[in-house]
Amino acid sequence: MGDLLAGLGEALRLIVTLDAELIEITLRSLRVTLTALVIACVIGLPLGGWLAVRRFRLRRAVIATLNALIGLPPVVVGLVVYLLLSRSGPFGVLNLLFTPTAMIIAQVVIITPLVASIAHQAMRDLWSEYHDLLISMNATRGQRILTLLVDGRRALLTAALAGFGRAIGEVGAIMIVGGNIDGATRVLTTAIALETGRGQFALAVGLGLILIGLALVVSWASHWVLRTERQGTW
Amino acid sequence: MVAALPLTLRGATLRRRGRRLVGPVDLTLGPCGVTVAIGPNGSGKTSLLRMMHGLQRVAEGAVDWSLPEAEARQRQAYVFQHPIALRRSVLANLAYPLRLRGVTRAGARAKAEEIAARFDLTAQLGQSAPSLSGGEMQRLALARALITMPEVLFADEPCAALDGAATREIEGHLTAAAASGTRLVMATHDMGQARRIADEVVFLLHGRIHESGPAARFFAGPSTPEAAAFLRGDIVE
Amino acid sequence: MLLRALLLCLLPLAAAAETMRMAVTTSFENSGLSEVLLPAIAAETDLDVELVVVGTGQALRLGEAGDVDAVLVHARTAEEAFVAAGHAPHRREIMYNDFVLVGPADDPAGLAEATSATEALARIAAAEVPFVSRGDDSGTHKAELALWEATGLPPEGEWYRPVGAGMGAALNTAVGMGAYVLSDRASWLAFGNTEGMALLFQGDPALFNQYAYLPVDPGKNDDIAGDAAARLEDWLVSERAQSLIDGYRVSGEQLFTFNATR
Ligand SMILES: Nc1ncnc2c1ncn2[C@@H]1O[C@H](COP(=O)(O)OP(=O)(O)O)[C@@H](O)[C@H]1O
Ligand SMILES: [Mg+2]
Repeated sequence: MGDLLAGLGEALRLIVTLDAELIEITLRSLRVTLTALVIACVIGLPLGGWLAVRRFRLRRAVIATLNALIGLPPVVVGLVVYLLLSRSGPFGVLNLLFTPTAMIIAQVVIITPLVASIAHQAMRDLWSEYHDLLISMNATRGQRILTLLVDGRRALLTAALAGFGRAIGEVGAIMIVGGNIDGATRVLTTAIALETGRGQFALAVGLGLILIGLALVVSWASHWVLRTERQGTW
Repeated sequence: MVAALPLTLRGATLRRRGRRLVGPVDLTLGPCGVTVAIGPNGSGKTSLLRMMHGLQRVAEGAVDWSLPEAEARQRQAYVFQHPIALRRSVLANLAYPLRLRGVTRAGARAKAEEIAARFDLTAQLGQSAPSLSGGEMQRLALARALITMPEVLFADEPCAALDGAATREIEGHLTAAAASGTRLVMATHDMGQARRIADEVVFLLHGRIHESGPAARFFAGPSTPEAAAFLRGDIVE
Repeated sequence: MLLRALLLCLLPLAAAAETMRMAVTTSFENSGLSEVLLPAIAAETDLDVELVVVGTGQALRLGEAGDVDAVLVHARTAEEAFVAAGHAPHRREIMYNDFVLVGPADDPAGLAEATSATEALARIAAAEVPFVSRGDDSGTHKAELALWEATGLPPEGEWYRPVGAGMGAALNTAVGMGAYVLSDRASWLAFGNTEGMALLFQGDPALFNQYAYLPVDPGKNDDIAGDAAARLEDWLVSERAQSLIDGYRVSGEQLFTFNATR
């Protein structure tokens, strides 16, 4: 209990004093996660739509694989991405290890299946509603997917937020591929792990509260954006 | 302009998991007029319309338009028995078929506003389509189908859930469309409506055309006892 | 200031200083010494040293793969094997700190009366009081195992709890279960969560913990900053480094003793 209260105090102190290091790692967390999220959405949302609209032989297998990949432990993803990006690995020449880019790559691998799977479920329901109409209107496959993406945007926002939540709170993979380097790849979660290891519980809890606050702000902001868009979609 | 009609069905049969829904049907739809499919519930009216429109592939026989299928489809529109509203504004619903055809945003909007005025939907343009009342929804579905000025319009019981005034309104729009050259193919189980609108009648029973012909002759004296019973309002087994 | 932080975050690092990466152990990072050394290194050698903080095993693997330019660890046998395998041209001893035995303040095993590290461990084994082991193949873990070996007692039983975690996590676990634990002095002094725990045994030369610097073989790939690693090594054995290392205090105590040969 004492550590939790102290954590709250620590969180307030960091925010009120606009702690430079806090701002730096918070911005880095946001930058890494949002970039990964944009990439994951660009891949995952159309993939989900395509899986909803398209009937092909391996469809069930692809969906099952996608759902299985959601359960992939981030540490395994981190290790595999590390081995690929290591200077002694196949993509070593790119020199990406221990950079924010490497962290983004790992997060994209972790959250794309989640985003695609939730998006697919949402758009499958919408597709069963729209199916006859869009076939009747002779919409091309691209137009069908686009229509589902636009009209299913609320559910897709949920998919994106789930992806954001998983990415912003992820620590295992980015610790391995980012290295938690002060000033280069340290983000909120790896800083929390570090402070916990140091026994600085108050600071760790404080950072954790800021992380939750950040997730809340992003979630509220995105819902607010959806509510205020009126004519925008047509 | 080369026409999609006439449409010819030869031995066309629709099956679902081995069960015959409709057919075999032999029928030719000429270039003008209003054809009304009548028959008791479950007799295959919806299935027949869907088969003609190409929403379902025939298991046997053929459905032939005078144009290649993709082109023919571009000239048809379909109003479903249970209207399907896109989860968008009424304006966006109306503009949607035009946008699919590559009409510009501004062009589609102008056309949508114009047709909304004709269908008394101007006040609802900004409203979300799924929140419309039953009558408004049917008007929207019909307006959206007619906005591309289709050569053929399929309408499946477009007034099934409406009251008298709303039914009259929809009928007015349908006859106006037919008068301006749209070939209308409609399903209904309302005999009064069939009498008011039809030029040609197709009477379906158990998934087959039991009797068909010009409306005047059919209503004056059907040649089968089942059709006569149906017209009297008896229950036809 | 906010703007500066934003720029820092969004722009790639300004290209002024040369950057190199060094893998270090968690215990080194946790000691806080790096926060004294890195700014001095940046100011005096124009080297921007990025620390990748991992366990000893992973640090050596990073060096082996050529993913870091240098390694600073404390596990002599593993370091010598690293050099023997050709991953580093040599091993340079820099400084040492020492291990201490930490446990519940009421000291149920009576470590305070022990005269040597082996005797202290033997008392724990005899009393069967819980003992938390790092169990992660780290330098500290290896040092602990060597001490057990010297006692001739196999560390086995309900009371012996290998946690497979870093120093901080092991200390947290020990606090949680009122167990003894072998910690490096730096981690212990810098540790915040010391409730009910006390330093119970220290000072035996057997608890000596030597840190060594290993520049990674620059022949591994073109991206290894061999020059920078050499410059850092020169700085680490300099008089300036000596005064900073010997002068570093936590809670008024000296943690590290510089012992590099020039
Ligand atoms: N998708 C379907 N799967 C199975 N049976 C169907 C399907 N659609 C229609 N049917 C069956 O086909 C028969 C004809 O239905 P329908 O064409 O809807 O008749 P109507 O429109 O004249 O009421 C009914 O017995 C109905 O249950
Ligand atoms: Mg029907």
